[in-house]
Amino acid sequence: MKQQARRTAVFTRRALLMMAGQTAALSYLGFRLYRVQVEEGARYATLAENNRVSTRLLAAPRGRIVDRFGEVVAGNTPHWRALLLAEETTDVPATLRAFASLVPLSEADLARIDRERKQQRRFIPVLVRDFLSWDEMAKIEVHAPDLAGILVDVGTTRHYPLGPDLAHVVGYVAPPGDSEVGDDPVLALPGVRIGRAGVEKFHEDDLRGEAGQVQMEVNSVGRVIRELNRTESTQGDEVTLTLDAELQKAVITHLGDESASAVVMDCTNGEVLAMATHPSFDPSLFDSGVSQAQWVEWTSSKQTPLINKATAGVYPPGSTFKMCVGLAALASGALGPEDHIFCPGYIDLGNTRFHCWKKGGHGTLDMKGGLKHSCDVFFYDAARRAGIDAVAAMANQFGLGLDPAIDLPGARRGLIPTAEWRARHRRHWNAGDTVVSGIGQGVIQATPLQLATYVSRIATGRAVQPHVTRLIGGDPMPGAAPGDWPVMDIPEAHLELVRAGMFAVVNDVGGTAPHARLGLPGVALAGKTGSSQVRRVSRWAREHGHFNSAQLPWEFRPHALFVCFAPYDAPRYAAAVVVEHGNAGADVAAPLARDIMRDVIERDPARRNVAPGQAVAMSAQAAGP
Amino acid sequence: MLTEKRLLRAEPNFGLLTKLLRVHWLFVALLCALAGVGYVALYSAGGGPEPYAWRHAIRFGFGLVMALSLAMIDIRILARLSWPMYALSILLLALTLKMGHVGKGAERWLDIGPLQLQPSEIAKVGLAMALAAWFHRASYERVGNPLFLIPAALLILLPVGLILKEPNLGTAFITAIVGASIVTAAGMRLWQMALLALPLPFLATIAYGHLHDYQRARITTFLHPESDPLGAGYNIIQSKIALGSGGLWGKGFMQGTQAHLNFLPEKQTDFIYSIIAEEWGLVGALALLALLLLILWTIMGIALRCRHQYGRLLALGIATNMFMYVFVNIAMVTGAIPVGGVPLPLVSHGGSAMLTVMFAMGLLLSVHVHRDVEFLERRDD
Repeated sequence: MKQQARRTAVFTRRALLMMAGQTAALSYLGFRLYRVQVEEGARYATLAENNRVSTRLLAAPRGRIVDRFGEVVAGNTPHWRALLLAEETTDVPATLRAFASLVPLSEADLARIDRERKQQRRFIPVLVRDFLSWDEMAKIEVHAPDLAGILVDVGTTRHYPLGPDLAHVVGYVAPPGDSEVGDDPVLALPGVRIGRAGVEKFHEDDLRGEAGQVQMEVNSVGRVIRELNRTESTQGDEVTLTLDAELQKAVITHLGDESASAVVMDCTNGEVLAMATHPSFDPSLFDSGVSQAQWVEWTSSKQTPLINKATAGVYPPGSTFKMCVGLAALASGALGPEDHIFCPGYIDLGNTRFHCWKKGGHGTLDMKGGLKHSCDVFFYDAARRAGIDAVAAMANQFGLGLDPAIDLPGARRGLIPTAEWRARHRRHWNAGDTVVSGIGQGVIQATPLQLATYVSRIATGRAVQPHVTRLIGGDPMPGAAPGDWPVMDIPEAHLELVRAGMFAVVNDVGGTAPHARLGLPGVALAGKTGSSQVRRVSRWAREHGHFNSAQLPWEFRPHALFVCFAPYDAPRYAAAVVVEHGNAGADVAAPLARDIMRDVIERDPARRNVAPGQAVAMSAQAAGP
Repeated sequence: MLTEKRLLRAEPNFGLLTKLLRVHWLFVALLCALAGVGYVALYSAGGGPEPYAWRHAIRFGFGLVMALSLAMIDIRILARLSWPMYALSILLLALTLKMGHVGKGAERWLDIGPLQLQPSEIAKVGLAMALAAWFHRASYERVGNPLFLIPAALLILLPVGLILKEPNLGTAFITAIVGASIVTAAGMRLWQMALLALPLPFLATIAYGHLHDYQRARITTFLHPESDPLGAGYNIIQSKIALGSGGLWGKGFMQGTQAHLNFLPEKQTDFIYSIIAEEWGLVGALALLALLLLILWTIMGIALRCRHQYGRLLALGIATNMFMYVFVNIAMVTGAIPVGGVPLPLVSHGGSAMLTVMFAMGLLLSVHVHRDVEFLERRDD
């Protein structure tokens, strides 16, 4: 019994000790709970909040681009895409097979779907096919019961109603590259496009808009439980162009199959009304991805469809440069307004003889006659008298050889050989080079846009700058009023003389461009032809009468140019037309310019409020003023 | 040999009604309260009665009926089942090793028809019964004899070794502690314990060398949970965030974001305490801790109140087992010890654990009902 009592006593003692130990251990846990829940509670509360809330950005709809009358030239259209939600189907391969029987899927598509599916969690949709047609979408919807896990959703695509007709001005959008995305989370969003060319690129910041954001409660694997807070995105600003879409279409039609470019400007304020380049490309292809074959076709073509020839095509201005040379000679005082020059058909300079285009020469001519007949000898001599630096200074006044500062990316500055340029290139400049410059040949180069600006400035005497944007988000851009542009430092009498010469070119008997007459009552057009050689004509060929540029291979034929403004007595519109390798300006470019200017005069986009979508009255029906 | 008939004859008034009156109803009420806490927590974890809470309640109901039925059976009859029970649990452990279901890198489950058994849980009860049976006849002198202790040590080492081989480090450790607590309470001498404790650090070093990669990862993670926030440290960090963000008063019933948004892993089993602490705050967490402590005291009370050595030792073993569950689980969710996959008894979701725990509770109830019965023992004195 005593033994048993001893045993009980030992048990009781030790059991009580254990109880105390257990109580102490649980008390320690209680203390730990206090530490974690109260002392460090705030820190963990923050962590829990971060765990819970996930912020996602909402891409903003891109701003529209409209023409001066509000017609949309770049908009957003919904497109359908098929997505696969793996968790909603029991048999993914079967679903895809059923889908492929309705809408074909390539091996590459299937491989991509398989890869993305393995990377994603089952409740995150994987893109099956983008850019579904209406028919394909309808088929999928009809067969929806067989397509468990397939859902159709709407994305947006950039839509260009004018397609290739305005592609070079409006530009295009494409997905951003990895380096562009950088740290910007907005650009990383699926479906976001950025402007790659034209207005889309130049006004990217305005067009992009502001991304919204949505705060969502998510679980640990990222599944959205519910939305907590949403800030809608703001659509990008609408950009209103100075261009007239209907006129643009008409100009493109006139260019026909030529590799050509035409720029029409309001010469009082520099607003570009049409900027046409042919051939062109379909800007919407860049959104969905350009095929390799298409890309090779574009980049290998001699007609360079991807290049905006109006701003980035540089051509020797040829005889269209003669007004500038004449004004330079007048400004330098080396040639008086009444002075005459005799043209025997050539001019000798040292050992070199420079020919006039007319064998036998023009005889004695004044400035007006020089322009009217486009006499080369007159302007060889005018350039020689003025000197190359005076010619360059005058050219710069007209914006030639300078950055046109237009609101489009990639505009080139052309080339006017100033003293500074010659020094930089360490090239020996001799008198012959100056003489050749007198007829806009040699190293001189200009873009059609620069030529249009040049004619505008001759016509108005104001240093207007070309621009294509009228409004951004409804706010007018400066420069719409003629008074916004400074009067140039050229005597009005000199300009009058040159304008009269340009009038004679078109309207006087014996002028070089009779084909350019408008044929509209009360409205006269003044212009100047140009044919600029791209290859030097050898003396042997010239003397033996073997020179016939029409028989040359296309890429060696001279460019055909025509610059003009109208109406002559109250200049409002200016245009420059360049037909690449079109041979003669008078025969090819002048009639083209005439047709364009007829449309412009009749439509009168700068003054009239033409309703959007209204077709241009064709020039065949002569309209009264 | 004593038969049931003779027992009843010896105590004629010890009928069913008497037994029912002698049931420790306060203890039963505490168990119901604990299971009720489990119901509420599982209701929240599942976002409604389905899929956890309702089943939990049903299981507890069955468990309670089983426990009360066990309470009606004379402890002396149950005591005779000690050895068969121990043998069965060893057999099940061996079977598990041979054909067990592999889960999370360890073989722990045994499929018996629709029932999944965790034999290591049964083994702990079996061990407690066997050790109680081994010691209940032994006098204090006898326990002091090392030769008498060696079979007891083997009784412990056999299941511990088998569980280690599964491998389930946590349960093996708890099983060893349960065994050691019974041997200690039975009267093992202090110098013997000191002698046994000497080579422990050395053994621990060897043991670490034999750990599996995932077990080592747990220890590393425990020491530096932030070193691998999405990998092995994820559970500890998320659990602490749940606790910490609960604050003093909690986020409210069903409002726990950590749990409801699935940041908490295994929230309905091992991390159920995190849900409670997140939604009910420190106040709720401490209240549950107090309830658990109260239950532990009650079990110890049953042990101290019992007049036979078998009941005492068995109750003490079960108390130790309960304590180890509670301590390891809560220490785990508060990041105090490495994650060990130990559920919170009667709160965590899980049929097998509930069955084993209620079986043990039934034994306890029987010990209490039959606290004053006399075993016909061979007296050593």
